[in-house]
Amino acid sequence: MTMAGEILRRQSPAEVDVCGGSAQELHVLAVDDSLVDRKVIEKLLKRLSCKVTAVDSGLRALQYLGLDGEKSSVGFDDLKVNLIMTDYSMPGMTGYELLKKIKESSAFRETPVVIMSSERILARINRCLEEGAEEFLAKPVKLSDVERLKNFVMGGGEVCSDRRINKRRLEENNDRDDGHAPSPVSPPCSCDRAACTSSSSDSSSPSIAPSSSKRLKIHHQG
Amino acid sequence: MDVGLMQMQGRLTDYMNSLFKEGILDSQYLELHELQDESNPGFVVEVVSLFLTDSEKLLDDLSRDLTQQNVDFKRAHAQAHKMKGSSCSIGAPRVKNACIVFQNFCQEKNIRGCLRCLQQMKQEFVLVKSKLEALFELEQQVVAAGGSLPKMQPINPSV
Repeated sequence: MTMAGEILRRQSPAEVDVCGGSAQELHVLAVDDSLVDRKVIEKLLKRLSCKVTAVDSGLRALQYLGLDGEKSSVGFDDLKVNLIMTDYSMPGMTGYELLKKIKESSAFRETPVVIMSSERILARINRCLEEGAEEFLAKPVKLSDVERLKNFVMGGGEVCSDRRINKRRLEENNDRDDGHAPSPVSPPCSCDRAACTSSSSDSSSPSIAPSSSKRLKIHHQG
Repeated sequence: MDVGLMQMQGRLTDYMNSLFKEGILDSQYLELHELQDESNPGFVVEVVSLFLTDSEKLLDDLSRDLTQQNVDFKRAHAQAHKMKGSSCSIGAPRVKNACIVFQNFCQEKNIRGCLRCLQQMKQEFVLVKSKLEALFELEQQVVAAGGSLPKMQPINPSV
């Protein structure tokens, strides 16, 4: 398994150059079964000058990407998706299942996938990050979240934020706890991420038993 | 005319602040307003209207579901999840919280709890609906009088 640091630092300026539209325009595929949420995420992305394709299910997302097994006439050279943002809880196919299919594909496995959810269930978050999700964003998604994402995808953006679940921190906590579920979200990482070590001894953070299905009672910063 | 407009804008601001104070709306509502611009001046009304229509239907569905012989608690939980999600997205925390409590009762398969809580959800929904409609009415008056909508910031009681 590659180091979290490598994944988080992965920058692909080359991809940005060949994306749809101008060199600076990102094409984002948004997946959410909620029409309200689709409208909001679409608006957020358009505000940041992104090209948006919004679909209402994992299946439609796979169809759009040509990953549904159907012979597609769309040439994939024309289909440049720079970022996929998907809701977790969707009927039929969850965001996690969609994530897995995307990561299994050769065409889109390098495309960053972000999972959005109104629920912060640690086991769920872990699973998504381990499967290769770039981020797990708490809903409601804010403009600042998408701004940060855009910067990250285009290379050089600030990755650490108190609203994110930092993959590296979860891994560190995993190592420290020897197989127990990691502690919940740690305080903001203000250090340089390259130097970020597992030195944080957050003994005040409660740990959660792996089998627990209780929701984290994290106060969502408004 | 100007004084009238200013008074209208003042009423609008006061009304917004009261909605924040009562917890009817939260900062997410303001986030939506931030997204509204000339390219889509009806964005907030559009999204809120979607929420209101969807929620009304969901509440009807839930009323029916809970009166079935064998209540499908899983389905009811999923319906409440939808409403929780959309109320969260538009910044209606009291509706969202009622949905969360409802979901807990669903998990416990507590039909009486669910029924009681459904009443609560309906009450909160009706409340936010009427408040938002009044808010839009005030906004329309301001815009019709040639004014612009004032920048809103919630009064934070803890500050």
